[in-house]
Amino acid sequence: MPLLTMERVSVRFGGLVAVNQLDLEVRQGEILALIGPNGAGKSTVFNLITGIYRPTEGTIRFREEMINDKQPHDIAMRGISRTFQTIHLFNELSVFENVLIGAHTQGKSGLFGALGGFLPAKRREERSLASLARECLELVQLDSKTEELAKNLSYGEQRRLEIARALAVKPSLLLLDEPAAGMNPQEKKELMELIRQIQASGISILMVEHDMKFVMGLSDRIVVLDYGAKIAEGLPEEVRFNPAVIEAYLGKGVSGQC
Amino acid sequence: MIGEYLENLVNLVDAYYLQIFVNIGIAIILALGLNLVTGVTGQLSLGHAAFMSIGAFTGGILTIKLGMPFSVNLISSGLMAAFFGVLIGFPILRLSGDYLAIATLGFAEILKVILLNLDITNRALGLSVPLPNTPIPLPIYVWLTVLLVIAAMILIQNSRFGRALRAIREDEIAAETMGINTTLYKIQAFAIGAFTAGLGGCLYAHFIAYINPSDFGFSKSVDILNMVVLGGLGSIPGSVLGASLLTAAPEFLRFMERYRMLVYGALLVFLMIFRPNGLLGGVSVRQLVCKALGIKPRPRQSLSTDSNMEGRRVK
Ligand SMILES: Nc1ncnc2c1ncn2[C@@H]1O[C@H](COP(=O)(O)OP(=O)(O)OP(=O)(O)O)[C@@H](O)[C@H]1O
Ligand SMILES: [Mg+2]
Repeated sequence: MPLLTMERVSVRFGGLVAVNQLDLEVRQGEILALIGPNGAGKSTVFNLITGIYRPTEGTIRFREEMINDKQPHDIAMRGISRTFQTIHLFNELSVFENVLIGAHTQGKSGLFGALGGFLPAKRREERSLASLARECLELVQLDSKTEELAKNLSYGEQRRLEIARALAVKPSLLLLDEPAAGMNPQEKKELMELIRQIQASGISILMVEHDMKFVMGLSDRIVVLDYGAKIAEGLPEEVRFNPAVIEAYLGKGVSGQC
Repeated sequence: MIGEYLENLVNLVDAYYLQIFVNIGIAIILALGLNLVTGVTGQLSLGHAAFMSIGAFTGGILTIKLGMPFSVNLISSGLMAAFFGVLIGFPILRLSGDYLAIATLGFAEILKVILLNLDITNRALGLSVPLPNTPIPLPIYVWLTVLLVIAAMILIQNSRFGRALRAIREDEIAAETMGINTTLYKIQAFAIGAFTAGLGGCLYAHFIAYINPSDFGFSKSVDILNMVVLGGLGSIPGSVLGASLLTAAPEFLRFMERYRMLVYGALLVFLMIFRPNGLLGGVSVRQLVCKALGIKPRPRQSLSTDSNMEGRRVK
């Protein structure tokens, strides 16, 4: 049974069909890459899955449950978390607090819990959230920068911080929107290693990425999107030589190694 | 007996200074509530005084009609204001930025007009509020409330709940994506802000002994906002300092007579130019104290990060 299933999902913005009758499946434990030229609708798919946009048609299921009309916070609680193409960190807060906020799903205490913050049970909860946050920061190797403000990190570090924050949600499905964008080759190599580690810990991954070497080296399967519609799907080597894919990229003058 | 002792204690203080002292306490309560809404959660409210008026009239009417113990009265005033906070929070907290500010302003103006036309509030004549039914002198009551509100705000800011509020201020979409029900949290923050304003209003009503809906207009809301911004948005010590300074300043400038408000305004402008993030914005009071005492501050990794080290401009 697939972890996430999209069936004939479309979304329209005015006259523009940004996603068109898309069928997509993320299987348990896999790394699925979603690729396609600029404006193909990849980020829109992420926004549909995480509840930021509502599909005009079709159904989205997560673990057999319809999540079409769920709020983003509800979807996060169910175990889907993400990073953003344009970085969305809590800029004026520390690195550590950014990740602690990611761990929100793992705690319970609300307003009244806050007022009882000195009680042992509440302190225990805070400690367990803090240790989860620290683990996530160690994984992305930002544990030496916990007290810095998020806005003062380098670009590559900010991207890693977004991943740490998303991991603190304890997702079963992680969506990465162009995680390697703006990174140098060394950083990309480390990021690949990190993503493999995340997969090995049992988290399924759906990833959008333009760097073809990165995609080919990492994905179990690839789905190709053009003008909102799926034009190809398969193993990396299958997709690489697919004529429709080559045309979609070359026809638009976008360089790629497919 | 204890009441009598406290009464004598309070009477030792010069009436003029006592009044300033009490006004400062009430201002601190109001500023801390607005700080949670605007400073911590980032929701600009221009109608904070409206919740103060709800508390003031609820408290005043309860004392007049029922003569209930003041503590019951005080809590009822807070709850009534919180109830209205939730009621109007639902529709307007979906708005953001300027729209929210205008909606809160509109709510405050509508409420003022309603209160000016109700029989129970004695219309435009205003209400004379009798002495509260309590053995504890009011100034002590005010400052006990101040301490409780400060404690509550510290607990809130250092909790999962408070972090969620800061996340909303920083980036609402990211906050939602992290599993935070932003609408619910904003309404809760608004309700707490209203609750504390209700407390402040009730204390004010009994201390001043006369209330009129026009006392709680736009300029009162702006006064409170000034305290929060001057102290540093999001900073608890900042709000306390801002409320104290802005309440005391007009008194200490009294010798300037009719130039008083001019100088007061100019001081505000200068402060905002030289410290745009507020007096204590970006200052960690913890670290300052540690430095002064010559001890090394313990890094605060285990529990949440230092929420005092905040303060920024209204977005
Ligand atoms: N909220 C919106 N309102 C209107 N149009 C939108 C909205 N969101 C996306 N679009 C449009 O939908 C199309 C797909 O955009 P999307 O961001 O999903 O592309 P993408 O595949 O992620 O591209 P890129 O590789 O450049 O990130 C674009 O034409 C975009 O302008
Ligand atoms: Mg995109």
